[in-house]
Amino acid sequence: MSATIVSTPSFHKRDPAMAAALNRRRRFVDGLVRWLCIIATAVGLFFLASILLTLILRGISSISIITFTTEFRPTTYGDPTAETGGLYHAIMGTLVQTAIGTGVGTPIGLLVGTYLAEYARNSALGNAVRFVSDVLLSAPSILVGLFVYQLVVLPMGGFSGIAGGAALAILVIPVVVRTTEDMLQLIPNTLREAVVGLGAPKWKMVTLVCWRAALSGIVTGILLATARITGETAPLLLTSFGNNVTSFNLGNAMASLPIAIYQQANSGFPDLIDIAWAGALIVTFGVLAINIVARLLLAGRK
Amino acid sequence: MSSTETTQPSSFGGMEARSTAALNTTARISVRNLDFVYAPGGKKALMGINFDLPDRQVTGMIGPSGCGKSTLLRVLNRMYSLYPGQKATGEVMMDGKNLLDDDTDINGLRARIGMVFQKPTPFPMTIYENIAFGVRLHEKLSKSAMDERVEWALSRAAIWGEVKDRLQTNAMGLSGGQQQRLCIARTIAVRPEVILFDEPTSALDPISTLKIEELIDELKRDFTIAIVTHNMQQAARCADQVAFFYLGELIEIAPAAQLFTNPAQAKTQEYITGRFG
Repeated sequence: MSATIVSTPSFHKRDPAMAAALNRRRRFVDGLVRWLCIIATAVGLFFLASILLTLILRGISSISIITFTTEFRPTTYGDPTAETGGLYHAIMGTLVQTAIGTGVGTPIGLLVGTYLAEYARNSALGNAVRFVSDVLLSAPSILVGLFVYQLVVLPMGGFSGIAGGAALAILVIPVVVRTTEDMLQLIPNTLREAVVGLGAPKWKMVTLVCWRAALSGIVTGILLATARITGETAPLLLTSFGNNVTSFNLGNAMASLPIAIYQQANSGFPDLIDIAWAGALIVTFGVLAINIVARLLLAGRK
Repeated sequence: MSSTETTQPSSFGGMEARSTAALNTTARISVRNLDFVYAPGGKKALMGINFDLPDRQVTGMIGPSGCGKSTLLRVLNRMYSLYPGQKATGEVMMDGKNLLDDDTDINGLRARIGMVFQKPTPFPMTIYENIAFGVRLHEKLSKSAMDERVEWALSRAAIWGEVKDRLQTNAMGLSGGQQQRLCIARTIAVRPEVILFDEPTSALDPISTLKIEELIDELKRDFTIAIVTHNMQQAARCADQVAFFYLGELIEIAPAAQLFTNPAQAKTQEYITGRFG
């Protein structure tokens, strides 16, 4: 195999002027794109930093131990002797409803995600379920609130904590479905074959090995879903509505942090608006903490 | 294709191929007229395969990529049944039963015919649990009996000494060669009659490869072994009989020394002398 290399005399010659012009052009485009990226990043970060800074400054000055231990009290405006209220009722309401949402939504999402990844990879039903789940993932959360309003609130004759929990559970499901399916699909088929090759039935393969192999990823997805519903406001407006007193009765309207923020920020009284800032700070750092734990878990699996 | 003693000098590529005098002719598994397709109506990946796995002997399977040797291995333990559309027809006889029959207890079958894969596949659990996992699927053992079984399996797989002080640590922390021997131990622990090796050393370094080859040699005292390999030297070192596959057909099967020194088929000759593949 000897190919003759044809070389013309001008083959290796370049026009220095043209090369320099091309080089200048490349440098210009490179610089332009780089600066566009830097400016876009700076704009994004500026607003993020501005929001966080305002939140921290206003929140820190308003937050105290009272915020965590006292429930709502009417405004102290014009009455310096009155005690200020706190957010105990809202914190408890959010904990209860988030727990219901995560507790109910997680097993359903886990099983659906497992079905999609392990039993229905290319089936028509699987594709339909995957599509519906993805639609639900991006559906406006107020629609979920409206759905639960029709399904639970109207038949029960009133707003309730259980309705709030149900709405949050519906928001949890598609997130957990997606992460479960994605994490299970990352498991190489050779691992599945190794389990089955020992004579294990498929359900044991899924529950004893696949889930374990995907555990940290699935837990991360659950935490991210929890973080998401902790800050949800719209679906709760139509379901648990909000409450100014602490209630653990799932049949009654129930307070929650996002709605307490919404109501007190709209009250027009400076002392209540301060409490809204404190609530915003609590939600933000709660969600941030959950996200950090999720990321640590995800980093741990590598 | 019965075994015949050969008077050919038994050397191949500078390595001694094993003597054929001891070749056992009792078939543990008999394959007859086996066809296989990956999709209904698709091209046959295996065509009219006929051969025997002699009891407690090592059968090497060689051939170029895509020749069907791994496919054949996956037929023997019905691994292909995991994937809808894949279908084998013909006979794979073991103890008078056709393993391809619909009523075969596939999980029970896989307990009798174990498999070791190309890439080590430790389960995400402790070393001990990795071994106990398969045993628990088929037997209820007391704690002490299970401990004994785990030690036995790890010893047979020549890894007991390396892991006995860390049985409760995660198996993912072992080296590649150790992981593969762990997988062999896991397969042995179920006490199968046949072990299928699918290119068990292609992801390993030479020293780990050597250990596993020695292990295979030792295991054939108790187990019937089939090993798919890309490496002809490995087939010559490990196998009692060697089968050469090409384009889905079994071209030739013969005692190792004979196949490598005096193949009956021109195609085999071309392959083992490196003219293609």
